[in-house]
Amino acid sequence: MRGPGGRGSPPARSPAGSARERIFEVVRKEFRQVLRDPRMWRLIFVAPIIQLLAFGYAVSTDVREVSTFVVDHDRSAASREVVEKLTASGYFLVTGRSARSADLVDALLHGRAVLGVEIPAGFARDLGSRADARLQLLFDGTNSNQALVARGYAERILQSYGLRLAREGLAGGTAAAGLSSGSAVVDLRERAWFNPDLKSRNYNVPGVVGQLIMLVSLLLTSLAVVRERELGTLEQLMVSPLRPLELIAGKTIPFALVGLMDLVIVTAVAVIWFHIPFRGSLELLVLASVLYLLSGLGMGLLISTIAATQQEAFMTTFLIFMPAILLSGFMFPVTSMPAVFEWLTLLNPVRHYLFIVRALFLKGVGFEAIWPSYLALLLLGGGVLAFAAARFHKTVE
Amino acid sequence: MARVSRTRLLAMARKEVLQLSRDRRSLILAFLMPLLLLVLYSYAISWDVRNIATAVVDQDNSTRSRALLDAFRASGYFTMDRDLARVADAEPLIDRGEVQLLLVVPPDFSRRLGSGRPAELQAIVDGSDANTATIVLGYTQAVLQDFASNVLLRGVRARLPLTAETRVWFNEELVSRNMIVPGLVAVIMMIIAAMLTSLTIAREWERGTMEQLAATPVTRLEVVIGKLLPYLGIGLVDVIVISVAGVLLFHVPFRGSAALFLVLSTAYLIGVLGLGLFISAVAKSQLLATQMGMILTFLPSFLLSGFMFAIDAMPPVLRLLTYVVPARYFLVVTRGIFLKGVGVDVLFVQGLLMIVFGILGLALAVRAFKKELE
Repeated sequence: MRGPGGRGSPPARSPAGSARERIFEVVRKEFRQVLRDPRMWRLIFVAPIIQLLAFGYAVSTDVREVSTFVVDHDRSAASREVVEKLTASGYFLVTGRSARSADLVDALLHGRAVLGVEIPAGFARDLGSRADARLQLLFDGTNSNQALVARGYAERILQSYGLRLAREGLAGGTAAAGLSSGSAVVDLRERAWFNPDLKSRNYNVPGVVGQLIMLVSLLLTSLAVVRERELGTLEQLMVSPLRPLELIAGKTIPFALVGLMDLVIVTAVAVIWFHIPFRGSLELLVLASVLYLLSGLGMGLLISTIAATQQEAFMTTFLIFMPAILLSGFMFPVTSMPAVFEWLTLLNPVRHYLFIVRALFLKGVGFEAIWPSYLALLLLGGGVLAFAAARFHKTVE
Repeated sequence: MARVSRTRLLAMARKEVLQLSRDRRSLILAFLMPLLLLVLYSYAISWDVRNIATAVVDQDNSTRSRALLDAFRASGYFTMDRDLARVADAEPLIDRGEVQLLLVVPPDFSRRLGSGRPAELQAIVDGSDANTATIVLGYTQAVLQDFASNVLLRGVRARLPLTAETRVWFNEELVSRNMIVPGLVAVIMMIIAAMLTSLTIAREWERGTMEQLAATPVTRLEVVIGKLLPYLGIGLVDVIVISVAGVLLFHVPFRGSAALFLVLSTAYLIGVLGLGLFISAVAKSQLLATQMGMILTFLPSFLLSGFMFAIDAMPPVLRLLTYVVPARYFLVVTRGIFLKGVGVDVLFVQGLLMIVFGILGLALAVRAFKKELE
């Protein structure tokens, strides 16, 4: 881009100029139009900020501080220790206590607690005499994901506590027969590669790039073309020496640049503000984004051939954007989808792009591990853009 | 202000219906979008983790290590069709995302277990998808601890001294669909408000019919209610279709009172639609109105209501913010009625809030509309 220097009088050596000059003029005009419109500024700069805030802070599938209601009928040192074991992990937070079971049920029904712990009277006595002490954990399964993970944590904590007690008991006991003399158990050495603390933010924030580039390229492209149609200036452009392909190039290049700008913003904020590691190569990220932009711009162009008004273009964008994001693995793993939908996602550029983005951010892999996704982006993008250009061509003529 | 005349009100509503029925795109949005979302949310996507692609490096290769791996196979969560010789072989597979979990049984596994020293199992999980990874590790731990307690307690006829009886209420199988469908009702209403209602007054401005409307004897309350009625109808149809389809096709339980559900849904809808009309009256352009609608109504109810992301896990500032998101309370209502089967006694506060929200939304719309007509 030549920047503000290009603003001087356009070179007018021949009335038509070269194709490059003509495209450049459209790009320049488009940029001026975009930058003059405060709404566009909002879309370009406010949208990334909102999305980053939302996906950095609000959208989290991490499970912690699960509100827990405790009914302790035993009121012993042992029962307090069990509760303490649960809360010490940070996964559970006691938000209410009572002596009556009915209160626990009430808390679950009102949604004031997700976990109810009930410790029966005689718990400490049973534990002391090794007579199978029982306690009850009652989960509100309404939020299935939270409940599933929380249940896993609770069972793990209690089982390892139980195992420890058993080990101590057996070691001190007499008839520790067979292999169970002492502490014969299996320890799990678990390691999470790429994201050792298993923070969902590390997964979600890089994904915002994919969402934003798609949104910006779909919306800006379709709105820009449809605006000309609404204002009636599309006809003027048609009688100008611009060829349709040049018009398309001029209409899409500015928004590709805006998309790349969003890429820079999101990547910078992700790394600097949210401390999300970027382990791969920047060149590969840019290359993937450029290929990805082909699909976004192509779809945007396609929308512009269907929609008559900007409002319609906006709605159509929304209709396409929502399913594309849902079926991309952005938040819901592709592997959990039924086979049909899993196949369908192969046609979704967002899926391929997100795969690349995450692999580059978190895994730091090289091209050899992810090249099929580049190929997919190239094919999809090229196909969509060609189809859209053909259709656009027809509507223009 | 004049009293509401039924004739004028109905005429206003009829005009709106006519206008709407000629707008194909709006109709698609009103009826097809909810169905599409229902299918996507309740069938296509979920957080349920199954068929975890697992690679195994069994350096011990003994009866005991095989027994352990069989325990993993038997659990049904793991797909273990990759036996590798070295850990390094797994790296490219994990890089390419073909393997989610790698189990490594060290060479001294069996010996240690036999001699009573703690043996070790290594689990390496692809942590990039933190949520899936957490669940995968949870399942791994569960299988392993079962195995460990079997080994530990075999031959001594003992049991663990401590048993946690875990029960899950309301969504016993922990199916994510059961959490999503009731929430979807709230989100879809917000979409209707944001995308459809927000257009209706802005459209009059854009087309210049606002002056004509102002010249008629219709009062502003009549305009607002007349414009609201058709959308209320659409909204209620959507609510019923989603609920019935959710229950019949996707087997989401409906345990509470349908009447209460309808009453509170209507109240919530009125509030939401009022909000949409308010936005429409303020924005004056259809495009701006839709965008404002998205940001002010759809996004908060999607992200900050607890629809999919637990409010417990949000930072304190955002947690405070969720208190002003009406969808948060409506979600308590829908989930309470669908899954918990609770009645007015439990939903008293939320129910009251819904009604307040309805009145507030209506009042806002009428107020914002006021200036325009005079």
